[in-house]
Amino acid sequence: MSHRYFPHTPDDVEAMLLACGVNNIDDLYVDVPDSLKFKKEYNLPSEMSETEIDRYFRNILKKNRRFETVLAGAGYYSHRTPSVIPYLTSRSEFLTAYTPYQPEISQGTLQYIFEFQSMMTQLTGLEISNASMYDGATATAEAMIMAVSNARKKNRVLISSVMNPTVLKVVQTYAHYHGITLEFLKTDQNGSTSKEELESELTKGDVAGVIVSTPNFYGILEDFSGWADICHQNKALLIMNCIPSTLVSIKSPGEWGADIAVGDAQSLGLPLSFGGPYLGLICCTKALMRKIPGRIVGATVDNKGRRSFVLTLQAREQHIRREKATSNICSNQGLMALCVTIYLSLMGKDGLEESNKISYDGAHWLAKELCATGKLKMTFQSSVFFNEFCVTAHEEVLNKITALAMENDILPGVRIDKDKLLIAVTETTDKKQLEKFIKIVQTA
Amino acid sequence: MSKLYYSPSHEYILVDGNIGYVGISDFAQKQLGNVVYVDMPEQGDDIEKGEDFGAIESVKAASDLIAPVSGTVLEFNEELLDNPKLVNEDPMKNWIIKVELSDPSQLDELLDENEYKKLCESESH
Amino acid sequence: MNKEIYGNLIFELSNQNRKGYKLPKNDFPDEDVIPEKLRREKEPQLPQVDEPTVVRHYTNMSTNNFGVDTGFYPLGSCTMKYNPKINEQIASDDSILSAHPYQPDSTVQGNLELYFNLQRFLSEIGGMAEFTLNPYAGAHGELTGLMIIKAYHESNGDTKRNKVVVPDSAHGTNPASAAVAGFDVVEVKSLPDGTIDVESLKAVLDDSVAAVMMTNPNTLGIFEKNIPQISEIVHESGALLYYDGANLNPLLGVARPGDMGFDVMHINLHKTFSTPHGGGGPGSGPVGVRKGLEKFLPYPKVVRKTDGSFSIMTDDKESMGSISPTLGNFDVQVKALTYILSLGKEGLKEAGSLATLNANYIKEKLKEYYLLPIEGVCKHEFVFDGLKDKSTGVTTLNIAKRLLDMGYHAPTIYFPLLFHESLMIEPTETESKETIDQFIEAMKKIAKEATENPEIVKSAPHHTPVTRPDDTEAALHPVVTWNDLKQQNNNV
Repeated sequence: MSHRYFPHTPDDVEAMLLACGVNNIDDLYVDVPDSLKFKKEYNLPSEMSETEIDRYFRNILKKNRRFETVLAGAGYYSHRTPSVIPYLTSRSEFLTAYTPYQPEISQGTLQYIFEFQSMMTQLTGLEISNASMYDGATATAEAMIMAVSNARKKNRVLISSVMNPTVLKVVQTYAHYHGITLEFLKTDQNGSTSKEELESELTKGDVAGVIVSTPNFYGILEDFSGWADICHQNKALLIMNCIPSTLVSIKSPGEWGADIAVGDAQSLGLPLSFGGPYLGLICCTKALMRKIPGRIVGATVDNKGRRSFVLTLQAREQHIRREKATSNICSNQGLMALCVTIYLSLMGKDGLEESNKISYDGAHWLAKELCATGKLKMTFQSSVFFNEFCVTAHEEVLNKITALAMENDILPGVRIDKDKLLIAVTETTDKKQLEKFIKIVQTA
Repeated sequence: MSKLYYSPSHEYILVDGNIGYVGISDFAQKQLGNVVYVDMPEQGDDIEKGEDFGAIESVKAASDLIAPVSGTVLEFNEELLDNPKLVNEDPMKNWIIKVELSDPSQLDELLDENEYKKLCESESH
Repeated sequence: MNKEIYGNLIFELSNQNRKGYKLPKNDFPDEDVIPEKLRREKEPQLPQVDEPTVVRHYTNMSTNNFGVDTGFYPLGSCTMKYNPKINEQIASDDSILSAHPYQPDSTVQGNLELYFNLQRFLSEIGGMAEFTLNPYAGAHGELTGLMIIKAYHESNGDTKRNKVVVPDSAHGTNPASAAVAGFDVVEVKSLPDGTIDVESLKAVLDDSVAAVMMTNPNTLGIFEKNIPQISEIVHESGALLYYDGANLNPLLGVARPGDMGFDVMHINLHKTFSTPHGGGGPGSGPVGVRKGLEKFLPYPKVVRKTDGSFSIMTDDKESMGSISPTLGNFDVQVKALTYILSLGKEGLKEAGSLATLNANYIKEKLKEYYLLPIEGVCKHEFVFDGLKDKSTGVTTLNIAKRLLDMGYHAPTIYFPLLFHESLMIEPTETESKETIDQFIEAMKKIAKEATENPEIVKSAPHHTPVTRPDDTEAALHPVVTWNDLKQQNNNV
């Protein structure tokens, strides 16, 4: 008897072998040289029942710790995923379909991607979005390559050093192998990217693109007034890495005059999932439409005049252009794009604004109260932040706070340095939970 | 008196003195199918023989435009921005770029009409 | 699948007096607003919809989609096998979904153990020393693998190896990944039997070649039987051999890339290991390396300490660098691990064998009607070059569209590029003989129609929610957002 996933009966197998003109399955592998055949058994467990699988995972997963209060952020935030999302995204018509290469039987996928693109362009204030990238870090790296390919002969890219360091590392990797000279723009005393340095670096010439982030790694909203003009005067593209949930409230990349917006859309209702899957967004101006990587869905009509959606501008992509393609990306994060689209359909602009307001008020109140304990101080006193801020304290004090908080079911933030803790507040945390944390800091 | 040359990568150049009009051949436009976009260099850009100076796209194919000669772009065909299909309708009339040749002797390395016809015949089999 | 088009967009259901959310009470003091120069100016146009409408909208939309659970999906090269439901259930465990990627290691020991175990399992299956599970998809895995190869050559001070060799039958991602990793691409021609021409390969191998990328079985479903010789000449030249794992499925339990001489490989978890394709993602593309190359794997890395606990290493001088901020698409990895446990070592071998049997069976049954350019046994997939009798002008595209009418997803068409009318069929092991027999009958019927009534095939599909959308118009005048669509309607 076969495994429960395989419908073949012994009679089926026999009849099929006969039709193939062979005696046994091994005959179908005559082309594999005997010396290469794997003659042992895999050193792996044997087939398990669902009960055994449950037990296997339960035994291992109980070694994880969950926290009632999560103040960790650093690019990934604890937001509520509405129950509608897992319910709808587990519909097998969505879940078990592949890339919509046959538009006639893929209108479901094509339509939500079109909605997704529309929503991303609205949030970022730019005109074109693709169907999504893997995550925010790789989207940033791809935007860098896009800038260099757009500039044709220029090969320098400047990047803010207040970018999330894990994103920076990914961008550095891509730059190193692709042969791009990536240089860092210094941070000023307010935790913002130095505009003076931008100007002096640009005048040295050869810059294809400039990458900044908003809010930046420390949660600070930088003032990018004039940045786009300076970049464009020097024929460099301005690339902005953003947290899309914040964009209904803060100035969008399009409003700053950026050419490309990238970011991780995890903050739009995706579970933390220990690092993925998330979703990278990339949007650009119309002028760059044919340089954007990945899939794009467009509207058209069918031969009976009905509105339909298709993959379009495919001549940019690897399956047609091979080594001349704008990127090697083949898949997108289809299902995660559906999650984000449903999330935004439920929340709308008002829901996002309300959620941002809770996070903003909560973070500012917490920052004030924490500083009032005298145990910590704001790392950047006079900067404007959104829902995340950085505090400085003596290493031992932070060790103590972290240990006590975790004992009390609180994940107190992300330790970004011995003496620095990055704390984020979202709508999932109420005042009572934060009061508990403040007390812990007082006693530490 | 203008003279027509072809490259093995299916571009043509119609030359009068040291000015040439570069486009793609009728054979090439048929191979591509409906052209939906032509990526063209800007005025003043230098092009180099054998290097790509742009690309031409149909729905499911794309092809680099290879410069048949070196020179400077004097003009690109603005009409193709809004109406790339013109390349399909009449590729000879609808050239892609107008160039000033930097080295007219490079023309000697190109194919004449008869040679090009033979090349197309061999490729379509 | 619903054959009527649903077709609404969420924006068309929007009403500014509706909402689909309820947030917790804001019990914090009202803070100063954001300074004006940092505030959003123009309101974004997002839909405002109530919850029941949202649910009905996406439910109706889904009914215009075809998935593996809907019907037979013989899309060559994509391994559209059944996606077991227990995978989904395990992966939706709250202790996975709620874990922050930057939690202290001590609080995520369970997750790290799962990562470590899958890494070990894949190493056993691939015949490799160690895997990273970080790459987000197959193409991302290729890129990672090529970067590892470059890091290896750089560490040997061998900096002039700037070329990657790919066969002309390779997936488009191979040359594209090589280009992103900063290599020049050299293509080698295939022999008439579809395998790599060893002589042509020899001719291009020199000290400027960093790697040769291969898919085995290749994209024609044919096993590259000269692989021992290829491995020898590639290694003699100082290059490394890369295995594109897109076609690993038929080799499960039969042969391991590591034993064939491959140095670096990737696996598509969404193909061989049954994680759902999700309309195009999320995928996962773990990369394995042979002994001696482990130190070049990307960070973050999961390591097991001597006391048996696990920790994340976030930096390493010799490593190729970092290609993801986190440990990759962890939730997808959990699904693949569940699958390996469900199948076990016996089931994995059976999966590969039955996939190969299904493919050969279809090939033998249909080669009387469709042109089989390469005879002999295939592995999990094979390629027809259109109909045997092409006199009525019926093309591969027509055949694909006609299959939609009959309730099937179309095979992969016009790939590989070696033939003009490629029709690439991959049935996978989870399809029954009955399903396959019905598909064979449908294909025969189309062949018959092509002779007797070609128009019905050429004008297909007839019974799908939409019929032949105009993709020339879509590319000529791109309408890619709701805003574009509104503008277009205003102009009409």
